[in-house]
Amino acid sequence: MNKTWIIAVRELKQFFDSLIAYILIVLFLGLTGLFTWLYDSDIFFIGQATLQPFFSVAYWTLFFFIPALTMRMIAEENKSGTIELLMTKPVTDWVIILGKFLACLLLIIIALALTLPYYITVASIGKIDHGAVWCGYLGLILMSMAYIGIGLFASSLTNNQIVSILIALLIGVFFLFIFDLFARNSAGLIGEILDYLNLQTHFESITRGVIDSKDVIYFLSISLFGLILAETMLSKRNIVD
Amino acid sequence: MNIVVENLTKQYGTQKAIDSISFQVKTGEILGFLGPNGAGKTTTMKILTCFMAPNNGDVKVGEYSIHDHQEIIKSKIGYLPENNPLYYDMPVLEYLEFTAKLHGVESSSMESRIGEMVQVCGLNAEKHKKIGELSKGYRQRVGLAQAMIHNPEILIFDEPTSGLDPNQIIEIRNLIKRIGRQKTVILSTHILQEVEAICDRILIINKGKIVADGTPETLRKQAQGEEMLRVKIEDESNRDLISSSLRSLDSVAAVDPVADALNTFMVQSKPGSSSKRAVFRMCVQKNWTLTEMSPVETKLEDIFRELTT
Repeated sequence: MNKTWIIAVRELKQFFDSLIAYILIVLFLGLTGLFTWLYDSDIFFIGQATLQPFFSVAYWTLFFFIPALTMRMIAEENKSGTIELLMTKPVTDWVIILGKFLACLLLIIIALALTLPYYITVASIGKIDHGAVWCGYLGLILMSMAYIGIGLFASSLTNNQIVSILIALLIGVFFLFIFDLFARNSAGLIGEILDYLNLQTHFESITRGVIDSKDVIYFLSISLFGLILAETMLSKRNIVD
Repeated sequence: MNIVVENLTKQYGTQKAIDSISFQVKTGEILGFLGPNGAGKTTTMKILTCFMAPNNGDVKVGEYSIHDHQEIIKSKIGYLPENNPLYYDMPVLEYLEFTAKLHGVESSSMESRIGEMVQVCGLNAEKHKKIGELSKGYRQRVGLAQAMIHNPEILIFDEPTSGLDPNQIIEIRNLIKRIGRQKTVILSTHILQEVEAICDRILIINKGKIVADGTPETLRKQAQGEEMLRVKIEDESNRDLISSSLRSLDSVAAVDPVADALNTFMVQSKPGSSSKRAVFRMCVQKNWTLTEMSPVETKLEDIFRELTT
């Protein structure tokens, strides 16, 4: 755990040193702020004290932002050879993967924490459903974990960052609406499975304020599955036939 | 710590990068790995450092095997990989601290360890710069510093002096020599003088197999076989006469005139015998002036070329 933290801190520092973190946070706050307060169906337009507009914007922005964060994490190390340096230190492959996962997650949590003023503002101008807001934040964090898992797996596949982000987006698109599209056209068990794989229904049920273990398990298992695959890719060099 | 390598084999696809090699390294020994490009030096090192698993065979570091105790072995090894990969966007000190922490260096001794490494590797002037801003030689020093930061018992260097200027090369060689007294050091290099200068033992590998193993002296003796003398005789203009006189000596097997030197001959003795005295006596007898007689040693370059082509 200690070494996971050392790796996570280094990665997080790199996000801030390379300006990626600042750019991401500014863009995230800008986009979510714009759509929550000023544009289209913002809070004043719908006239309710709710953070729903914020959650639906964050839902989309995180879909693009997280692969942009994770694309570098393993692909770059594969390319520069620093992965060899890291792996010959007394750490396991899991420590490396979890450290990187933790760094991404912390950055997302920092970005989300900076939107808390939205919550405070809305709460002061109307009667807000506090439970739904906290569930919404939890939903965003769970969804981010799933995307980070997918992103790290995509990054472990290649030594090219562009390939990595494209793969991450492609896998993401499947969970975002392609499974849903197929689900509508299939019946029976396959239809049900595809429907279960669709990310939106799980996210929406959480943001409505219902924490169902089914939804939590859904996000955690995507995340875990991605991490397991990423770890497998890292330890592939050890597999001999 | 002793390292025992047994029947190590690594295959990439159908190609065998290393083919059933076995050797041992003892504490206090500096082992030089020599071989042409693609001979399997780097692959062997990657297996020793637990970066790759072998298809067959085992490596034992002390009593630990690379198959079962990777973590322990990794913590005892300091490794400088080929091409010296580093995080270019990190400052030198921060990077050294990161490696030290990963190696579990105690926070109480952290500062002194980093300070010592900066001192030893001559990084003092550059320690606040980002690694990416350093020249190749300084990056190499950072690579060496990170390998030694946790005071490991085993050091594995893949081409430690590549990219360094002649002064730095001598500094680094002295450093390795000094460290090598208490530790086990394995290094690979293309530079043959380097091996002669610092290594106690040489291992030459070619096409994945060990072709020579021994101290520089024993290798030279093995390759040399018969005594070879360079002889220069003056005061006699008839080359053929000298040549035939030399050839008539009992202990001489062959005589070759040296092309670009006047009256100079290469005299090869018969196996197990020396012709130095006989040549001298002959010159005294015939009243020739012997101005040069020197034994010719086989160079490491010749041994290397002979074994790997």
